[in-house]
Amino acid sequence: MELMMAIAVGILFMIGVYLILSRSLLRIILGTSLLTHAVHLLLLTMARLKKGAPPLLGEQASAYTDPIPAALILTSIVISFGVTSFFFVLAYKSYQKLQTDDMEQLRGDEGE
Amino acid sequence: MSTLHAAIIFPFILAIAVPLLQKLPGRPHPGWAVLSGPAALFVYFLAQIPLVQSTGGIASAISWIPSLGIEFIVNLDGLSLLFVLLITGIGSLVVLYSVFYMNKEKEAIYRFYVYLLLFMGAMLGVVLSDNLIVLYGFWELTSISSFLLIAFWHHRERSRYGALKSMLITVFGGLAMLGGFVLIYLMTGSFSLKEIVQSADMIAAHPLLLPALVLVLLGAFTKSAQFPFHIWLPDAMEAPTPVSAYLHSATMVKAGLYLVARFSPVFSGQAAWFWLVCAVGLTTLVFGSFKAIKQTDLKAMLAFSTISQLGLIMALLGLGSAAGYFTDGQQSLFYSKATMAAIFHLINHAVFKGALFMVVGIVDHETGTRDIRKLGGLMTLMPVTFTAALIGTFSMAGIPPFGGFLSKELFFTAVLNAQELGIWSMQTWGGLFPVIAWVASVFTFTYSMILLFRTFMGKRQHGAPEKQPHEAPVGMLISPAIMASLALLFGLFPGLLTYSLIEPAMASILPGLLAPGEKFLVSIPFWHGWTTEVFMTLGVILIGSGLFALQPRLRALHRPLFSRISLNAAYDSGLRVLERSSRRLTNRYMTGSVRDYLVYIFTFLVVVLGAIMVAFDGFGIDMSSFAPITIYEAAILLALIGAAIAVPFANSRLLAIILTGAAGYMVTLFFVIFRAPDLALTQLIVETVSVTLFLLCFYHLPKLKKELSVLKFKLTNFLVSLGVGVMVTLIALSALSEGSSHPFESISKFFLEASYTLAGGKNVVNVILVDFRGFDTMLEIVVLGIASLAIYAMIRLNLGEDGEQVPPHA
Repeated sequence: MELMMAIAVGILFMIGVYLILSRSLLRIILGTSLLTHAVHLLLLTMARLKKGAPPLLGEQASAYTDPIPAALILTSIVISFGVTSFFFVLAYKSYQKLQTDDMEQLRGDEGE
Repeated sequence: MSTLHAAIIFPFILAIAVPLLQKLPGRPHPGWAVLSGPAALFVYFLAQIPLVQSTGGIASAISWIPSLGIEFIVNLDGLSLLFVLLITGIGSLVVLYSVFYMNKEKEAIYRFYVYLLLFMGAMLGVVLSDNLIVLYGFWELTSISSFLLIAFWHHRERSRYGALKSMLITVFGGLAMLGGFVLIYLMTGSFSLKEIVQSADMIAAHPLLLPALVLVLLGAFTKSAQFPFHIWLPDAMEAPTPVSAYLHSATMVKAGLYLVARFSPVFSGQAAWFWLVCAVGLTTLVFGSFKAIKQTDLKAMLAFSTISQLGLIMALLGLGSAAGYFTDGQQSLFYSKATMAAIFHLINHAVFKGALFMVVGIVDHETGTRDIRKLGGLMTLMPVTFTAALIGTFSMAGIPPFGGFLSKELFFTAVLNAQELGIWSMQTWGGLFPVIAWVASVFTFTYSMILLFRTFMGKRQHGAPEKQPHEAPVGMLISPAIMASLALLFGLFPGLLTYSLIEPAMASILPGLLAPGEKFLVSIPFWHGWTTEVFMTLGVILIGSGLFALQPRLRALHRPLFSRISLNAAYDSGLRVLERSSRRLTNRYMTGSVRDYLVYIFTFLVVVLGAIMVAFDGFGIDMSSFAPITIYEAAILLALIGAAIAVPFANSRLLAIILTGAAGYMVTLFFVIFRAPDLALTQLIVETVSVTLFLLCFYHLPKLKKELSVLKFKLTNFLVSLGVGVMVTLIALSALSEGSSHPFESISKFFLEASYTLAGGKNVVNVILVDFRGFDTMLEIVVLGIASLAIYAMIRLNLGEDGEQVPPHA
């Protein structure tokens, strides 16, 4: 399973990077979203996907899944949500002001 | 702290005090107050002569940075004494001259004296420091103050050009010298010159000898305007004339000579040192004197003359260093004559060149021009100035009975002696030395005569300024008169200098040649019979006069010769090319496009990660401990990958947003399958809110332009992203495989056991978030708070061009 997950994470990384390298601001934001998902899955996978009960002690199970990556991912989800929404509003405002979302047109002019 | 330290610091304190003089009632010329500084120092140092003669030197130390071996040690020995007397003596005369030269109403006179005093203090520091780092500090301070003085009239383009040029060249040399000092420190473990001289044998056998030697010499050559670094000196003539007289004839340009003399005990006896110093010195000598003939500006002529005379002294120091090779006392003493000649000429040159610069300043001041083609016939109008000029030029040309004659004779003796030097292939090349020296002397004679006769003899030229020239005020004449009398005095009574200054200076340049208690036998005879040297001098005068007579006709001949080799053009185009190519290079990779920078970053990441993994043999996949795969997982995985892959192909924004949202929900399903209920919950909500936000904003966006709606395929982008993806997968798999042989357990066991007993909660993830690792959560809340505030500010704050809030719907 870890093999499949690692490959999936690799593919998500690849698509995320490919989108980030594009000219449209929206695609860049979507790319960062995909990268975020990839990183979260990677965190989960690296703690091994051995089966066990969810880390709720009421379950009375003999083995639980690792709670630490879950806590880390939870923190990360919230932070990346904050950053993504900020980034998106920034893109929206720059649309309004500059009437473009083309990264090539957003380049500074020489000597300005 | 000693009086020597106080002597170095005194000019700096005076420099701080000078601007305060502006508050004085009546505003007297600040030069008078400044004059007290160098004059007092000169008297103080004169009083040290007997002490230095008898004891060989005075030293005193202040602790500065002892942990790095940097102490502010001052050491007054024969060589330093000679230089401090030049600095303070000529400094006093220059300040006196400047009182009459600089107009206190029209010039920024306080600034002038601040710079001049800074320079004086720095120069005293250079020649008195025993610690190399302290010496370097003062050395750069002379470069900076010289820069400020050259650009004193900073509204002139030429002044700024000259200042920048001298700064670039001397600082280049200074940095090279610092490198040399550091290498010497590596070899000897000491920054103290005295200790370094004692370990000269160790340095001689060290592999770093040659680089250290070359770097130190680079510093000396650039500062002393040696070929090919001489180009800054003629351009430094844009400075006020007192500055040219002081810095660019008598003191700063001799700092390089001081350095060579100072390091002679360390490096003398080395073939590389001998040849570099001699060859550069002789080249500079010939080149400078040759170029001086052609100049039409008096100061430029003096600048090239200075270059050439500095080359002469440099060559003599090189010849003198041969004495260090011989262990036989008699032979060493024979070659040490060159060192004596160098010191004697150094004094002579400072005196007559200072006088000549001041004379030129007077001519400039009284006629309004320095152009030799517009001058003439000033002899009867300015008799005192003419006399000073006559003594100065005759001394420079080496005509008896002036000081320059004696030093020229000693110079000829030294080059003739060099032929007998049986080492370092001097058997082959030694014969060239007298020839070069003689030819250069002929040129020197010619330009000296041009300087004197074209300025003061003949008729006044047409096109001369209408100003009626007359004799300068007495105050302006005092300093050149004193210097000219000294030039005559040293010529008639060279014995005045021999045991007071020259002998102690030789003892510090060539220590170890003498047994304790012994002294160098310094004798400068005024006449020593019909020797080869005398015939050489006669030849110089004869041929030189001929050249002078033919000079107007020769001019046309050697003009094209000069335009061929132009080091200035090389310097200028070098700077231009450097600037342009650096700009071109920067423009090539700093494209302003975010995409390009991201490509660099990702490529670098992939290359570095890959290289490290390969280098340390980090790749290795062992799937034995991997969990088995089930049908649900496989299905979700396929859906996730499918949704993600479709995003780049989506040709509408809406589709792309929805596909990304779909990928997010697949991730939520993974969290469900892998038993992380809190994560699944959060991910579900966050994904929903994000997609809602995206769609909300999407509604307000302008229509996409056609050409952007379809993502065009780009091979570089594909390769870079493929590289990143592959690298992540490989590293993840390698890390997972490593895990099977991990030496330690996860710490999650503790959290699972202690969650209820210590924190009283059964949801372990939540207990970790708010109890065990509550700090993370607090700061993550701060992040959300900042993001929401920032979004609010971004939407509401709408500043126009002028920084004022633009009212909505305006």
